Amino acid sequence: MGYMCNQQTQLLSKIATDNGHGENSPYFDGWKAYDSDPYHRIENPTGVIQMGLAENQLSFDIIEEWLLKNPKASICTVEGMSEFRDIAIYQDYHGLTEFRNAVAKFMGKVRGDRVVYDPNRIIMSGGATGAHELVTFCLADPDDAFLVPTPYYPGFDRDLRWRTGVQLLPVDCESSNDFKITRKALEAAYEKAQEEKIRVKGLLITNPSNPLGTVLDLETLKSIVTFVNEKNIHLISDEIYAGTVFGSPGFISVSEIIEEMECNRDLIHIVYSLSKDMGFPGFRVGIVYSYNDDVVNVGRKMSSFGLVSTQTQHLIASMLSDDEFVENFISKNSEKLSTRYKRFSSGLYKAGIRCLESNAGLFFWMDLRRLLKEPTADAEMALWRLIINKVKLNVSPGLSFHCSEPGWFRVCFANMDDETMEVALERIRSFVRKEVSAKRQRWQDNLKVRLSFGRLDDPHMRSPHSPMPQSPLVRART
Amino acid sequence: MSLSKIATNDMHGEKSAYFDGWKAYDRNPFHPKKNPNGVIQMGLAENQLSFDLIEGWIIKNPVASICTPQGISQFKDVANFQDYHGLAQFRKGVAKFMGKARGDRVKFDPDRIIMAGGATGANEMIMFCLADPGEAFLVPSPYYPAFDRDLRWRTRVKILPVECNKSNNFQITKQALEDAYQKAQEQNIKVKGLIITNPSNPLGTTMKRETLKSLVSFINEKNIHLVADEIYAATVFSSPQFVSVAEVMKEVECNPNLIHIVYSLSKDLGLPGLRVGIVYSYNDDVVSCGRKMSSFGLVSSQTQHLIASMLSDDEFVDNFLVESSKRLGKRHKIFTEGLAEVGIKCLESNAGLFVWMNLQHLLKQHTLEGEMELWHVIIQDVKLNVSPGSSFHSSEPGWFRVCFANMDEDTVHVALNRIKKFVGNSQEEGEAAPAKAKRWKNSNALRLSFSSRIYDETVMAPTMIMSSPHSPMPHSPLVRART
Repeated sequence: MGYMCNQQTQLLSKIATDNGHGENSPYFDGWKAYDSDPYHRIENPTGVIQMGLAENQLSFDIIEEWLLKNPKASICTVEGMSEFRDIAIYQDYHGLTEFRNAVAKFMGKVRGDRVVYDPNRIIMSGGATGAHELVTFCLADPDDAFLVPTPYYPGFDRDLRWRTGVQLLPVDCESSNDFKITRKALEAAYEKAQEEKIRVKGLLITNPSNPLGTVLDLETLKSIVTFVNEKNIHLISDEIYAGTVFGSPGFISVSEIIEEMECNRDLIHIVYSLSKDMGFPGFRVGIVYSYNDDVVNVGRKMSSFGLVSTQTQHLIASMLSDDEFVENFISKNSEKLSTRYKRFSSGLYKAGIRCLESNAGLFFWMDLRRLLKEPTADAEMALWRLIINKVKLNVSPGLSFHCSEPGWFRVCFANMDDETMEVALERIRSFVRKEVSAKRQRWQDNLKVRLSFGRLDDPHMRSPHSPMPQSPLVRART
Repeated sequence: MSLSKIATNDMHGEKSAYFDGWKAYDRNPFHPKKNPNGVIQMGLAENQLSFDLIEGWIIKNPVASICTPQGISQFKDVANFQDYHGLAQFRKGVAKFMGKARGDRVKFDPDRIIMAGGATGANEMIMFCLADPGEAFLVPSPYYPAFDRDLRWRTRVKILPVECNKSNNFQITKQALEDAYQKAQEQNIKVKGLIITNPSNPLGTTMKRETLKSLVSFINEKNIHLVADEIYAATVFSSPQFVSVAEVMKEVECNPNLIHIVYSLSKDLGLPGLRVGIVYSYNDDVVSCGRKMSSFGLVSSQTQHLIASMLSDDEFVDNFLVESSKRLGKRHKIFTEGLAEVGIKCLESNAGLFVWMNLQHLLKQHTLEGEMELWHVIIQDVKLNVSPGSSFHSSEPGWFRVCFANMDEDTVHVALNRIKKFVGNSQEEGEAAPAKAKRWKNSNALRLSFSSRIYDETVMAPTMIMSSPHSPMPHSPLVRART
């Protein structure tokens, strides 16, 4: 018909044709390997095990049991049908009152009831993905920037930047102090922005951290709050893993800190979701909680672009209003994560693999630096490809999280059953044994491989949380 | 610390004089028993006539829910599924439904179905894909007020109205399109596309095949996009038959890369709460990019699962489409005949959940002020929340959109009686016009706080943006026909 590609690309917007979605990245290899050869205990026991998805699949049984006992939570059961039309017709962006009440209560319980959340500050959005974008649209103009400590969730590159035009500036954290966020690093990042005439509008932290699995200590939190107050910039605290804390030290939320110190509350905002704590990523329950009235006001209007399905609001409202269920869930969930964590970490330890000590999240931050041929991005990629193709594990390389040092890998442990976990551990053990002896051999043979240092901050890192072009219904195949 | 520009401008459209209608309803909502003198809500385009069909189906199909004993085995897989492709059965179900709503004259490809956060999210998303900030889309007026927010607010894309008027029953003419396009050129505004709503909101009419063909030719000539919001596709209740852009594309030379459809289940199925927004594009790059963008507003997998089951049931769907259409037709007939009895004419329509009512003969002045005055009387005295045409950017005063499918039949008759009484009174008072005029002027209920910029020749002033009757109000209650 004569309508060719070059004319074609001009037809679309800049946003549609740039790579802001972050999916054009070499990290696809891991996903492709999994997709083309997924592990199955019986049907494909030598397939690739998915360890790149931070999902919480350990506590579904508790939820399913509750659902069967509470048919009114669904608008599709005989018992719940009388509510169907009211719920199906309801599109008010305030959300069902009982939904907001229940979410606020859950957030409080996850923090040991040390904080009380106001249901009127709860704003819905399309998953945490939508929540981050919404907050960014509220707080920053195109070309403004947020500071983000590294390593960080790769999806931030898309969620905070793609359609908003806002920039992300890394705040470097290093293994030498367990990747803690230092005042020095914050100041350095802020200064650099000033020099480059970039206006910093805020700081985004993830607490508990993805990919580290650690919680922020009191001192660091206080120092962060002080920092944002001094600079008069916003603080967005992504607390999506708040309910995945399984060991000490306990979790301290920014909501608790602001009760204890002087702080302009108009600067404080929380992003939350039920995707990790409850294991419901499919339900797209994203939440923005802001202490700033104007943000609540405008955010609520913006939420029209990504409201939570009322069918789901109703279900969640029922579930999270049941105090007994919630308390039981939070404690059992934590126990299961702890058990899984201990089994896995002791398995890794026996294999001689170190991980960052952590007490939250759905993953380990594994230290494989000593298995690198040399401390470079290329060496990390090479090791990663080896792990995918030979060990048959899809893990996530640290550089995809903008980690400032190569050799770290994030490995998820809560998205599979016990048997699969054992298989994964065995593969890791066997791999490490071979690698260590091979490396010794290489030293002995005096091989020198000089590879150039790769880009450490490829802006197009793909998010392991984001669905892939051919991503299947990903679930531990048992 | 300041917020963004987007957060502090008024492009969300809610700071407008049109809130009065909503406030009046909120303060004093009609209830047949508890508050028979309250304000009847006729400003919400909802389809509440066929819930029983859906409820009946759900009860018979417990596997459609992941919460029933029969469906619970799917709970885990569904709750865990966040792939932006969506459940395959969901896409197939929606594609099939879209085809059936067009009499199976067209087939839709499930792989071109992209999810979005309701039609609200779909309209915004397609703009993000097709236009840069500062670029523009042409929109025939009168149009759905929330387009001002959905298409422009966060995208910073402009909207340029293409005027349609009653001289030809508000049809879109080639001349009007050319004029609008030219004007944009003169102002150095780059037009990236044309967005149409077919069937039309607020007119309730389906576009003629010839008109649609001429639109497709127009956009091809100019090499601009055509976005067809077909959200009311299955609300057609009488002839002429609905003609979708999907059909016309086959009949006119057309670059398929320019054609996109926005859809949703909010009107056809009456399920706005479930936030099932769809973008369907014939452009592969838009599908690819749109799919990635859909992450910001995916449909809840719990809902995808329900809809997939429902829309895969051919028997249910075929029956629903026929029955729903019948009921809408019947309701439309009752309402328009009732209005006709008191000399009120509506634009002849065959679709939608509303009528475009002509009250020009009741205006004291044939101006915007006249329309606003009349509107306030309708709200305060007649106690009906209808939507004034100016909120739809109508180029001539005196038209009102009145919804008829969001209430039960008894309430329709109450509303008709009130209208009859009002018109009757008006006719009596017509003889005492000066006294009446004085009464209206002195009424405290009247607040003429709008800006006259609505008729500015240049681009629509942002302050005149009407908040969408489809979008929740700050205090909007759980709105439903109270029976």
